[in-house]
Amino acid sequence: MSLYKNLNKSTQKLLGTIGVILVLYIVMSIMEGTGNLSSLMKGLLVPVCAYSLVAVGLNLCVGYLGELSLGHAGFMCVGAFTSAFFSRATQEIIPDVPRFILALLIGTVMAALFGFLIAIPVLRLKGDYLAIVTLAFGEIIKNVINVMYVGVDSKGMHFSIKDQMSLGMDLDGKMLINGPQGITGTPRQSTFTIAVLLLILALVVVNNFVNSRTGRAVKAIRDNQIAAETVGLPVTKYKLVAFTLSAAIAGVGGVLYAHNINSLTATTNNFGYNMSIMILVYVVLGGIGNFSGSVIAAVVLTMLPEMLRGLSTYRMLIYSIVLIVLMLFNWAPAILKWREDHGLTTAAIVSKFKKKEVR
Amino acid sequence: MKKKALSLALCAAMAASLFVGCGGKEGAATGGESVDTSGELTWRVGGIGPITGGAAQYGQGVMNAIQLAVDEVNEAGGINGYKVSFNFQDDEADQQKSVNAYNTLKDWGMQILEGTVTSGAGQAVSAETYADRMFMLTPSASSTDVTNGHDNVFQVCFSDPNQGAVSADYIADNGLATKVGIIYDSSDPYSSGVYQTFAAEAQAKGLEIVATEAFTADSKTDFTTQLQKCKDAEADLLFLPFYYTEGSIVLTQANQMGYTPTMFGVDGFDGLLGVENFDVKLAEGVYLLTPFAADADDDATKSFVSKYESQFGGTPNQFAADAYDGVYILKAALEAANLTPEASSEEICEALISEIQNVTYDGLTGEGMTWNEKGEVSKAPKAVIIKDGAYASVD
Repeated sequence: MSLYKNLNKSTQKLLGTIGVILVLYIVMSIMEGTGNLSSLMKGLLVPVCAYSLVAVGLNLCVGYLGELSLGHAGFMCVGAFTSAFFSRATQEIIPDVPRFILALLIGTVMAALFGFLIAIPVLRLKGDYLAIVTLAFGEIIKNVINVMYVGVDSKGMHFSIKDQMSLGMDLDGKMLINGPQGITGTPRQSTFTIAVLLLILALVVVNNFVNSRTGRAVKAIRDNQIAAETVGLPVTKYKLVAFTLSAAIAGVGGVLYAHNINSLTATTNNFGYNMSIMILVYVVLGGIGNFSGSVIAAVVLTMLPEMLRGLSTYRMLIYSIVLIVLMLFNWAPAILKWREDHGLTTAAIVSKFKKKEVR
Repeated sequence: MKKKALSLALCAAMAASLFVGCGGKEGAATGGESVDTSGELTWRVGGIGPITGGAAQYGQGVMNAIQLAVDEVNEAGGINGYKVSFNFQDDEADQQKSVNAYNTLKDWGMQILEGTVTSGAGQAVSAETYADRMFMLTPSASSTDVTNGHDNVFQVCFSDPNQGAVSADYIADNGLATKVGIIYDSSDPYSSGVYQTFAAEAQAKGLEIVATEAFTADSKTDFTTQLQKCKDAEADLLFLPFYYTEGSIVLTQANQMGYTPTMFGVDGFDGLLGVENFDVKLAEGVYLLTPFAADADDDATKSFVSKYESQFGGTPNQFAADAYDGVYILKAALEAANLTPEASSEEICEALISEIQNVTYDGLTGEGMTWNEKGEVSKAPKAVIIKDGAYASVD
């Protein structure tokens, strides 16, 4: 206990979050082992982790870099497609485990690379302008993937941006990326264990990052760029580092997503602006700059529409209303004040549990 | 102290409500269930399709038609003496949502899946059903990727390659055109699947394709650019392998441009005459492929259409007809296999895979339908032409 107390506040908080995730993981695993977990929940475990990862990535960008990115679904998309492409292309050549590790690395590195390249022009802008440009880049990524046709046959790789026929493949060839129909037949390798491990890893990385020398510099730039420049901080470098890391984490989420579903397509709903906005909603609802909040928000908002299936077509309406209510409950000043008066703030609730622990 | 107690109570209530929510989900009936099963042993048939979002009209047609057929079957004494209960879940035509819907149905106790409605979702779900050994009969997911490598998946509709090839043959054999322009939806597996086989067959038949223009789901309200390009290329026939909603826009905009080539749609054009605010005169002379015509004269079609209209309103399209047939195909196969709902979904799956290949079925969408081991149905698409606001056979 004293060891725990000696740690600084942010590390304590991180350990708390990891502890909660681990407890949930163990509960879910036991429920699955004893057959008490419904198929729906089982099917949602990996997507929930994937969305949480992307939300954590975006939170780094929004909360610590202080820049609103509306293109994070694009980085998720890059991670998903590059890794799925690799897995599909080498399905017969490399055994399962090393292939997945390589796919994970490739997906992450490619997302980071795209994040870096896009950040160079984007970070010259600020605020609303930056948001619009990231939105545009997200759409560009999605649309470029939608015109790519890649196939492989005995003669080697074929590539086209027109249609499947212009590849001129042999009959025995297989399509790797079939334009808007995406990648079909990705091996299903994301498991809940891997997803949870990656989520914890990402939380540790971002937590260490924001409290590191670089992280402090990033926060200084966020709070006052001119002041940061005057003390001699290389602003561009730190911004690039933070944005690239943010994109890389979104890429990991994409890799998990891609290896959890047989057919991967880039549509507006899963990798377009709809998704980008959805991720932003996770971040804002969970609290800007609060990583564990992002995870909770991602879990709740992914589960909610599925839990509301019983309401049939009304669930979309109810979902929106619940979203509004949650947002108000968490962030409306008057409600925050009311919660404070009645001891219902998160801090107050957590401190009550802490007292219990001590006893 | 009071505040503390209140906050703890509220926390407990929140936590409890979460668990209650979970528990209720697992056991009890969901909203999509249609027949009160109250402990009675029934066949549990699930359906998946979009009933919200852009493709909602197709999903709703399928859901209504299956409901209609299930009610009829139950009224007539069920299948092998057991009633059928039916549960339809929304997937918004999205892969991940579709898998979620499938998992929801599994929790409900589904034994046979009649879905999915769209091809993209079908590809994702067929991988799941294949792994779980759940029998899957799709009314309208026509892409070959849905059935490829999955021995448990069968189609009621004809597959995309089939349609593209038949269309090209028909145009070439009847000398409808020499220069063909194509507009297709590149974001839709159905549309691009048909286009690809059409283009390949057209080449073999010596048709000249002078323009190939694509659009995507994000930009399907304005086709003037594509039409202008086809017009400039002097195409005298437009091949339009997509759905009727976009079809009505293409016809209207072509008319406004004063461009009058022969229009040739595939089975997605079925429903064109029912589009609201669409001048049906523009559809005169449009060719389309359809296995089903809502104004056909036979008794089965008449009874289906009148029942559908009185119960749900609106004219059923071929998606609905395929779905309606699907229920009776399942009935025929289950009766041939002589199964009861006590069998597990794996047993039902294995039995149906072999039995459905022996079934010969006469339905709304074709006579003497049979299935091969690839899951494809053996019915030929038939070309019809729209004449005086109604379908007329061209053969």
